[in-house]
Amino acid sequence: MPIKTEPFYLNLGPQHPSTHGVFRLRVELDGEVIVNVEPIIGYLHRGIEKLAETRTYTQVIPLTDRLDYVASMTNNLAYCLSVEKLAGIKVPERAEYLRVIFSELMRLANHFLAIGAFLNDCGALATPLIYMWREREKIVDLCEMTCGQRLLFNYMRVGGVSQDVPEEFMPALKKFVAEMPKFIGEYEQLIKQNEIFLARTKGVGILPKETAINIGASGPVLRGSGVNWDIRKKDPYSIYERFDFEVPTGEVGDCYDRFWVRLREMRQSVRILEQAIVQIPAKGPIRADVPQFFRPPAGEAYGHIEAPKGNLGFYVVSDGSIAPYRVHIFPPSLINVTALADMAIGWKVADLIIVFGSIDVVLGEIDR
Amino acid sequence: MTLLDQFQKMLMTAGLPDWAAYLVPALVGIILIIAVSLTLVIIFIWWERRLLGRFQLRLGPNRCGPEGILQPVATGLKLLLKEDIVPAKADKILHFLAPIVVFVPVLMIFAVVPVSEGAILANLNIGIVYVIAISSISTIGIFMAAWGSSNKFALISGMRTVAQMVSYELPVVLSIVGVGLVTGSFSMLSIVQAQSIPFILLMPLGGVIFFLGCLAEMNRSPFDLLEADSEIVAGYHTEYSGMKFAMFFMGEYGVALAYSAVIATLFLGGWSGPLLPPVIWFLIKVVLVFSFTVWMRATLPRLRVDQLMSFAWKGLLPMAVINLVIIAIEVLVVPASMLWLMVILNFAFAAVLVLLWSRLFTLGGGRVEV
Repeated sequence: MPIKTEPFYLNLGPQHPSTHGVFRLRVELDGEVIVNVEPIIGYLHRGIEKLAETRTYTQVIPLTDRLDYVASMTNNLAYCLSVEKLAGIKVPERAEYLRVIFSELMRLANHFLAIGAFLNDCGALATPLIYMWREREKIVDLCEMTCGQRLLFNYMRVGGVSQDVPEEFMPALKKFVAEMPKFIGEYEQLIKQNEIFLARTKGVGILPKETAINIGASGPVLRGSGVNWDIRKKDPYSIYERFDFEVPTGEVGDCYDRFWVRLREMRQSVRILEQAIVQIPAKGPIRADVPQFFRPPAGEAYGHIEAPKGNLGFYVVSDGSIAPYRVHIFPPSLINVTALADMAIGWKVADLIIVFGSIDVVLGEIDR
Repeated sequence: MTLLDQFQKMLMTAGLPDWAAYLVPALVGIILIIAVSLTLVIIFIWWERRLLGRFQLRLGPNRCGPEGILQPVATGLKLLLKEDIVPAKADKILHFLAPIVVFVPVLMIFAVVPVSEGAILANLNIGIVYVIAISSISTIGIFMAAWGSSNKFALISGMRTVAQMVSYELPVVLSIVGVGLVTGSFSMLSIVQAQSIPFILLMPLGGVIFFLGCLAEMNRSPFDLLEADSEIVAGYHTEYSGMKFAMFFMGEYGVALAYSAVIATLFLGGWSGPLLPPVIWFLIKVVLVFSFTVWMRATLPRLRVDQLMSFAWKGLLPMAVINLVIIAIEVLVVPASMLWLMVILNFAFAAVLVLLWSRLFTLGGGRVEV
């Protein structure tokens, strides 16, 4: 007679060490094998889209900081691009370069944390995370030098950036960029050939190419599955068509590929930064002549950028008043996390954690 | 003759009745063991935290006392003052007993660890087998905690513990048999005395297998699956607070210290060494082994549960068996005066075996159809 068994339900989160915020997973287990995963979101909902409707176009920018707080300037940029599209504003040359510099710094900052936290999920007790944190700190210092903030920068403005960088910024940036390839190489050496790390990540949590496209995944998750899709190349915004860089892609679509894509993307970001430092005009306006309160013509605009986590879109509708009629946010984390069940079913609990870590989500963005 | 035996003899000649002459040295020894090992545990907790801090680009605790040495005391006091929370649905008896069952065997291990010539509480002729047997009791305690606290994370951890212990006990015991073959005894004192060449050189493969098995037995990275904080929160002690948690904590470090001492005794030559007094040599070796485990903890990711199993059954166990056969043949063939020949032979065998296994054996494993 077979023993009577029943599924074992496990609630991972909302308070759990590796849910990267307040995320809840309802996991159905058979022993340690995952039978079903159901993500439950909404613990960090702050109603940012609704709040945006009662603020002026400029006042919305601090709200966007609170989406992906790991790389908050990219959110500023995506929103500003949409509003500029809506109002037909031309951004000055120097401001464009500053935007690119900070976008790429944010990409580095995000990937530092993504890879560090991913290794933490693999069980490498905080050491890789803190090495990454040390380097991320330098980026945060650069940002603090510029806009006085260390987490929620609120730096981009509609038509440019809020203030010019100080004198000491450029030398500090040059030093940072010069040091970065060495650090990335060192980190690669530490991690890439670690037998346990390879055993844990290679072939684990495979997201096939077709599934990735059908789900609408973007960013390193999509590129890890071998799809060459980067909005900086496919739909260039700002001045990205001026820079020479490659789009790294994975082959299999496993956790290792996603990690490896991120690490190579960091090298490309450094390349873009190197070019931007050379090309940036030494002087010039950093902001178009946009008043504090302005009324874009009635209409709608959608702007999207390649945020560190993927395709970040802002859909802004104007009714001609000083506040947007509707702001809709298209967050990459939310779309990417829908792939979780496809990747994790059949694996063990420990794999679920690293698959989730390899997607690299931030809950501020998922719950909005 | 151990120091305690001498003490007993002295008391007997002083005219005490037999039972008292037997009881007094035993009590003195027990109290000494508890006091010294607990103090050492506290110092090792501090050492691990400082060392881990250095590995992770930070300072580690440095505020309480000189260089933060009083930090574990402060932690202990804090835990002592905390409320003891028992989950409503917990099995009260198991929940209460588990920390004791985990903690007591750890202290019992120290009874057979020789600190220097003769300084041993009980010179058992099966010393090392006793260590393995006693330390397995902790597993029952861990499973009691996991089952008793009625928590799903704890339950997963409990299941992992049992599987892990059953698997890693075998290679550990097999590598010990090699030591026994060379020494001709399982007594810890004779094992140390037999090490004219430290056994790590004489049987490198056995030493490495024993070390890896011990890492699994003391639940340290990369085999710390039962308290994998990124997966199952805190594992079996998720539902423990206050002094009960402190018992688990002390037990965990106690077992790490005890196994470091056992490894130092079995494979690194115990107290023997030139110039310095034997106790210092012993402590140096223990600290070295312990620091090595801290190093591993700071740098290695964790294995998955099925990889952990296959590593034990497909990797360590066959190698331990082959190692045992090789050593048995060598003990028969190689004359005792030509031990250096054994060193060379065994290093060659170890290199060949490890290379072979790294080619043949992959940690892979993976997806299950559901």
